[in-house]
Amino acid sequence: MTYNDLRLDYRVIYDLIEPGARVLDLGCGSGDLMYLLARDKAARVQGVELDEAAIYECVRRGLSVFHGDIQSGLEDYPAGSFDYVILNQSIQEVERVDFVIGEALRVGRKVVIGFPNFAYWKARFMLFFRGRAPITPSLPYHWYDTPNVRFLSVTDFREYCGQKNLHVLSSRYLGEKKEVSLWPNLFALNAIFLLTKAETPPV
Amino acid sequence: MEKTDSIGIVETKYFLFGGDSAGLSLESGRVLSPVTLAYETYGRLNGEKSNAILVLHALSADAHAAGFHKGEKEAGWWETMIGPGKAFDTDKYFVICSNVIGGCKGSTGPSSTDCATGSPYGLDFPVVTIADMVQAQRRLIDFLGIDRLLCVVGGSMGGMQVLQWVASYPGRVRSAIPIATALKTSPQQIAFNEVVRQAIMADPDWKGGDYYRSGQPERGLALARMIGHITFMSDQSMEEKFSRKLKNGAYSFRFGPDFEVQGYLRYRGDRFVKRFDANSYLYVTKAMDYFDLSGNGLFPGETDTRFLVISFKSDWLYPSYQSQDIVRRLKARRVDTTYCEIASTYGHDAFLLEVEEQTSLIGPFLEKTFHGYDVVKSL
Repeated sequence: MTYNDLRLDYRVIYDLIEPGARVLDLGCGSGDLMYLLARDKAARVQGVELDEAAIYECVRRGLSVFHGDIQSGLEDYPAGSFDYVILNQSIQEVERVDFVIGEALRVGRKVVIGFPNFAYWKARFMLFFRGRAPITPSLPYHWYDTPNVRFLSVTDFREYCGQKNLHVLSSRYLGEKKEVSLWPNLFALNAIFLLTKAETPPV
Repeated sequence: MEKTDSIGIVETKYFLFGGDSAGLSLESGRVLSPVTLAYETYGRLNGEKSNAILVLHALSADAHAAGFHKGEKEAGWWETMIGPGKAFDTDKYFVICSNVIGGCKGSTGPSSTDCATGSPYGLDFPVVTIADMVQAQRRLIDFLGIDRLLCVVGGSMGGMQVLQWVASYPGRVRSAIPIATALKTSPQQIAFNEVVRQAIMADPDWKGGDYYRSGQPERGLALARMIGHITFMSDQSMEEKFSRKLKNGAYSFRFGPDFEVQGYLRYRGDRFVKRFDANSYLYVTKAMDYFDLSGNGLFPGETDTRFLVISFKSDWLYPSYQSQDIVRRLKARRVDTTYCEIASTYGHDAFLLEVEEQTSLIGPFLEKTFHGYDVVKSL
């Protein structure tokens, strides 16, 4: 496993994280990203994953992981326990998404959030011209088998960050094979935001 | 050598202390001396003495965790997990299994002779706690010249001893694997222990614990064990194992054992009385009742012990939420922890039966503890 074998979104997140950082990866899967962060950046990584088979794979790679869903369990950590909390390709599946993001921002100094963009041009096309629920590379499910419960666009998320007074430290937009910079709400399949809580203004 | 081989012929050893040296100061304030602790070892201690793993057993097991005693057909109780190429690989690690004080498997307990009277202790034996058991084990580890254990591991009451090791001697434990256990004994568990003790004490043959000349309260002890076995299984595992199968094909319209599940429980009970002392059952369950490391009990100070916590989905005696309580405590202290709930249907017994799943967790966890990030880098 090397950097170049990683999925594009993992590569972008990998680059965002500083060496030696304490990282919590919520929905870490088989630990591809954590493994490289631990091996090549000496990050101290901890995963959370629901799938039992993925847990075994993480442990086989020498990674520490909790078996559980990402909604429960964040409350157990003291504030600022991690330098980074990663929520990649998971918030769209979370019921209490506002709560989870809030908790992630409490236990981590910075939070990485990656999600599929519902306003991708092909999705718009399918809905507008064909009258069909969108199916795209980042939203590959039918209406009857999707695990997703939240559907949001890049613009929606930016607005959310504004309302919640969150600092966007970095925003990256992903197309099918490489990053995109032009009109991301139209051309990005996935977006990755690096956030932190804004300093509370003095009263 | 075949990689999934047994360790082969082994024998139980006995560590004696407190005769001339200091006895064991118990939590109750009493002192136990002299003390014998039964143990077995498998594999070889390396030159740095850094590859020692301490295995701790559940309520009624013993120091015989792996291999075969000479002339015996039955292997140790965790044979599937300990041996060359297994989860606790005896080609790499030095594995120690220690018995507990208060038991009846070669260590000092109520059936041992009281030096003061020349007859068995019976109920004169002091009530011991999990911390007392662990203190005795620490003496053994001192005696073996091991400063830091690579790992302390055990299921059920063995898991309580694991947690107690971390609480009492954090600097001496590099990693801990508590399996199917809890931070404190719950009222439901205390209730089962109480029913089990009452079953023994209600047997007229118990005689206030003074039965060593007349023979032990077999009916009471068998009943106690039958109750235990129900709690060790799950609804589903009983359905799969017995269903409503009849022993003789038809109802007898009498109170004999019509159903296979009845036959199984009676068989288990009858076998148990031949290998376990009734008073020990009282003492060891009592020790479990007193176990409580909630609050700051688990970590009075700093720790760098790594943890692998394992629970089983169908275990209703030590339900997963109790393991998750342990995990919660570890998270709050930012302890390096892995937790897995194995989707087993075997109930509490799963820690003895789910070999493949536990092996795939424990093997790499030990490697990582032993070699650190080097093992990650080499993948």
